[in-house]
Amino acid sequence: MPPDFISNLYVFILAGFVGFELIKRVSPLLHTPLMSLTNALDAIVVVAAIIICGRHETALSTTLGAIAVAASFSNMVGGFFITDRMLRMFKSGKAKS
Amino acid sequence: MNLIAMQQYLDFAFIAAVVLFILAIKWLSSPATARRGVLAGEIAAAIAVTATLFNPDLVQFKWIIITLIIGAAIGIPLGMVKMTAVPQRTALSHAFGALSAAIIGIAEYYVGVPHVTRFEMGEIGLEVIIGSLTFTGSLIAAGKLQEILPQRPITYKGQNIVSLTVLGAALALAVVLVVNPNQPYLFPAMVIVALFFGILLVTPIGGADMPTVISLLNSYAGFSAALLGFVLNSKVLVVAGALDGSSGFVLSVIMCKAMNRSFANVMFGAFGQVQASSGGVKEDRVVRSASAEEAAAILLAASKVVIVPGYGMAVAQAQHKVRELYDGLTKKGIDVRFAIHPVAGRMPGHMNVLLAEADVPYDRLIEMEDINGDMSQTDVSLIIGANDVTNPAARSDTSSPIYGMPIIDVDKSHTVMVIKRSMNPGFAGIDNPLYYLDRTLMLFGDAKAFVTNIVKEISSGH
Repeated sequence: MPPDFISNLYVFILAGFVGFELIKRVSPLLHTPLMSLTNALDAIVVVAAIIICGRHETALSTTLGAIAVAASFSNMVGGFFITDRMLRMFKSGKAKS
Repeated sequence: MNLIAMQQYLDFAFIAAVVLFILAIKWLSSPATARRGVLAGEIAAAIAVTATLFNPDLVQFKWIIITLIIGAAIGIPLGMVKMTAVPQRTALSHAFGALSAAIIGIAEYYVGVPHVTRFEMGEIGLEVIIGSLTFTGSLIAAGKLQEILPQRPITYKGQNIVSLTVLGAALALAVVLVVNPNQPYLFPAMVIVALFFGILLVTPIGGADMPTVISLLNSYAGFSAALLGFVLNSKVLVVAGALDGSSGFVLSVIMCKAMNRSFANVMFGAFGQVQASSGGVKEDRVVRSASAEEAAAILLAASKVVIVPGYGMAVAQAQHKVRELYDGLTKKGIDVRFAIHPVAGRMPGHMNVLLAEADVPYDRLIEMEDINGDMSQTDVSLIIGANDVTNPAARSDTSSPIYGMPIIDVDKSHTVMVIKRSMNPGFAGIDNPLYYLDRTLMLFGDAKAFVTNIVKEISSGH
């Protein structure tokens, strides 16, 4: 078993716990923006896609990497954009009057 | 700068990104700080992407630049969709996320052949299977939500056995590959079987179960990204994937609890396909109906009103008219609040976003647990396009398919008014005894048209 696996597992478990505790505290009011925001954060796979695409090892890996860059970057851009749009719509009664 | 020093700078950039990810979710917890959370996430993403572009392994930038532009060109319109289309947009983004995780895993495998170790193959196999099934499953979910595909559960005899056999086949192929990793001709077979399983997994699930399914697909998409982090030894992916995965998981648990059902039941139960008429005896029960004029008079005589919105409000695009009704009643000094059931609509929080879009203040949107205690002091509850979430059979009728599901206790209010097209049972095909109560008035018609008429009556000075 590679040593990296163990350190990755530590990180995974700790991040999972942090995520669990944080998400539990998110108001149900904001569950839709929560989903679009975590989706945009998850689109960080774009960094792996950029590396696969830019290392230019084989025609196949470059092509697959290119598709992955487009798919994940569209999630990143669209996810942040729509989350902010939704959150701008939430106004409290006090702020309005 | 030498390569090792460069690598360390990149690691620091990724650590900063990870801290900002966690802050982003923390700040999202309340509406007051939520937009700051988005900003933190955007900064994190910008840092991580910029740092990656300085990675010394990169030798060719042409395709990176072109595909980043294509990605932005797809992402911006997907960020501008109407609020009623948010569930299908979300399903589509799960599909994109899973697609990129899966194909990066595939690329990594073919770059590694013929030197892929068994351990690497195990990681890649699991990652690619989850990513592939999430991709097709999310596409099917998006198709159902967009109504390209029928929303009703599509089922056949022996379905679960077929689905599980296909999943078993994908896993068996993965095991064969782990035993002997460098079989590049066998790898695509595993991918295709996993893609096929994703279709089988979501096709039988009905529209009313979409909040749970979307959350579950969210969770799978996150975990496939985390697994990709293991494959590539990238901690930033492990953290982002773990956060997204646990978020989807927590939401799925909340959705299942709100329907009093288990994961297994949602995934394999094909809710609402053929409902034998529950209760059995169908005596001729009377319903009372009312006109918009009468409904307006009843609302104006009330001092406390609770509006219960459901998917029908979204379908009829009635949220703006509902806001006008809210404004009209509030101006007359009537206390109007909205009761939000966790599974109302097609995704978690769907109703809140629609009503926020229509400018209803969010402090008027009350969660089920918080409003149920007040229902007996409520003069009028007005149900717009919701059905099962108000069905008192869930409390009392042990033979009902929704028995045990927590509901909004509208039947405890003094008067109940239900806007509904006809007496046809709702989406899940379950009869609702609420409609036959003495205190219930049925308002037959299209949600938007009926609310418009009530608003006219109220503003014409009663």
